[in-house]
Amino acid sequence: MNPIRVVIVDDEQPARSRLRELLEDCRAELPHSVAGEAANGVEGLQVAASAEADVVLVDIHMPEMSGIEFARHLQVLERPPAVIFVTAHDQYAVEAFEVNALDYLTKPVRAVRLLAALKKAASGARPTRAVLESIDPAPRRHFSVAERGRVTLVPVSEVIYLRAELKYVTLRTRGREHLVEEALTQVEQEFGSVFVRIHRNCLVARRLIRGFERGAETEGDAGWSVVLEGLDERLPVSRRQWAQVKSLAG
Amino acid sequence: MQSIRQNHLPDALPDFRNLGVISRVLLSVNALALLFALARSREIGEFAVKVTEIAGSLEPVLLLVVVVLYTASALLERLAYAQGLVAVFAIVLAATAALFPLQSSLGGGDWRELAWNLGCAALGTGAVAWYFHLRNRAFSPAISEARLQALQARIRPHFLFNSLNAVLSLIRKDPKRAEGALEDLAELFRTVMADNRELITLREELSLCRQYLNLEQLRLGDRLRVDWRVDPAADEALVPPMVLQPLVENAVYHGIEPGIGPGLIEVRIERRSDRLWLQLTNPYHPDYQHRQGNHMALANIRERLQLHFDVEASLNTRIDDGRYEIGIAMPYRTSA
Repeated sequence: MNPIRVVIVDDEQPARSRLRELLEDCRAELPHSVAGEAANGVEGLQVAASAEADVVLVDIHMPEMSGIEFARHLQVLERPPAVIFVTAHDQYAVEAFEVNALDYLTKPVRAVRLLAALKKAASGARPTRAVLESIDPAPRRHFSVAERGRVTLVPVSEVIYLRAELKYVTLRTRGREHLVEEALTQVEQEFGSVFVRIHRNCLVARRLIRGFERGAETEGDAGWSVVLEGLDERLPVSRRQWAQVKSLAG
Repeated sequence: MQSIRQNHLPDALPDFRNLGVISRVLLSVNALALLFALARSREIGEFAVKVTEIAGSLEPVLLLVVVVLYTASALLERLAYAQGLVAVFAIVLAATAALFPLQSSLGGGDWRELAWNLGCAALGTGAVAWYFHLRNRAFSPAISEARLQALQARIRPHFLFNSLNAVLSLIRKDPKRAEGALEDLAELFRTVMADNRELITLREELSLCRQYLNLEQLRLGDRLRVDWRVDPAADEALVPPMVLQPLVENAVYHGIEPGIGPGLIEVRIERRSDRLWLQLTNPYHPDYQHRQGNHMALANIRERLQLHFDVEASLNTRIDDGRYEIGIAMPYRTSA
């Protein structure tokens, strides 16, 4: 059996070094290697991807990106690693982990518990998006895209629009486009205050709406289209959404 | 015994230098006078005359009494409750008698009127003393309640477990530092678990905050920066225990932990004549306001400040230029 590859993600240096010590103590019982560590979720995603981690130990309480959001982004990898959550004291999360049979450890971590979790994780199921969402319903701060074995993060604040096209959803920022595996209805629910639906197939960032123009004639019907800051393209507003959208011009 | 004593504060005279106490005395005595005038008049015109009449003899005495009590407050504090009460009655009666000639020169008055005035003064003083006695009783459970709440609201479990974890990480590599950290932790919890109703010196409170911050520094490293500007003239000021530590803890929890880069906490303490000013600022992260606990600690400290200093203390918060700011003002008091 190949030794499992472990990655540690925690914003506190002493917590990371403590986990390293404990892993060392477990090595005789369960062969493994520490393939990398990171001080926040954003770095952690790159480390986990490039190290091809089998298991990630992640603190749930971190700046910029919580451990729960981190685990959601991990799932876009082709071969997502198992996740073991670590928390100092978060009763709510602990209950949710129990209910959903997710692996977790409480700080200070005990070597026995770590060993048991590692043994289980290597063969265990990966947490699903729905479960993670139920644990932390707060909106994510990033969208994630798997590109050439890496995870590219797009901050939600940089997104101009999301448009459904055939199989994928296109996500547009100032600089470029990404294809993401998201469903518009779910995005609309998660980020109701950030995006507004202007068409059956399109959500746009509320704060970027600058005004509306009479659009070119399509199918014999000159409808409205929306002017967005930082975008030359005009996006059509469907008749159905017009009533809700027209008041948003800033 | 300890637990029984905790439920009731011993009776004590109020602090006659406190603005809240002074205004309560003035208001209650005047309210009594109005009631008295109302009871003694049969029609509205007579009521006005009575009020003027009573005010003429009452107000000078009342003001004199308040001034004397204010001045003698330090002496009165040293007396037992019963002795203090006798002293207050003596002061009131003496003031009434002393100002009586002034009143009689304005419009006559004989010994019978003097006796009448003295009787009213004694009754009034009794009523006000009774009011403060009841108020003391009403607040004494509140104080122990506040202490208990404080115990729960302060020091988050999050902090305890993270600190223990950080100490564990030191034990193999740097046992000396681990020892120091455990000592800080023990000291911190000794204070938290103590009976925290007596005022302590600001110096003691600040050393507690430093112990707490040492522990946080251990796990947060460079991310935690603290800038102290403490007026040495404020060192001996008496403050409610744990008035600053929970706020520093909040500053770390809401201001430093949510940031990836270094964050600065600023502590400013100044004494301006008879006032003590504490100011604490930390980076403000609007996205992390759902984190629990902040308002509980603030409400708790505000309540304790009020129990100790009545209307003379204030606690205000604001957000300015990306920083969260808490300002506390309280009377400057020393045990000397």
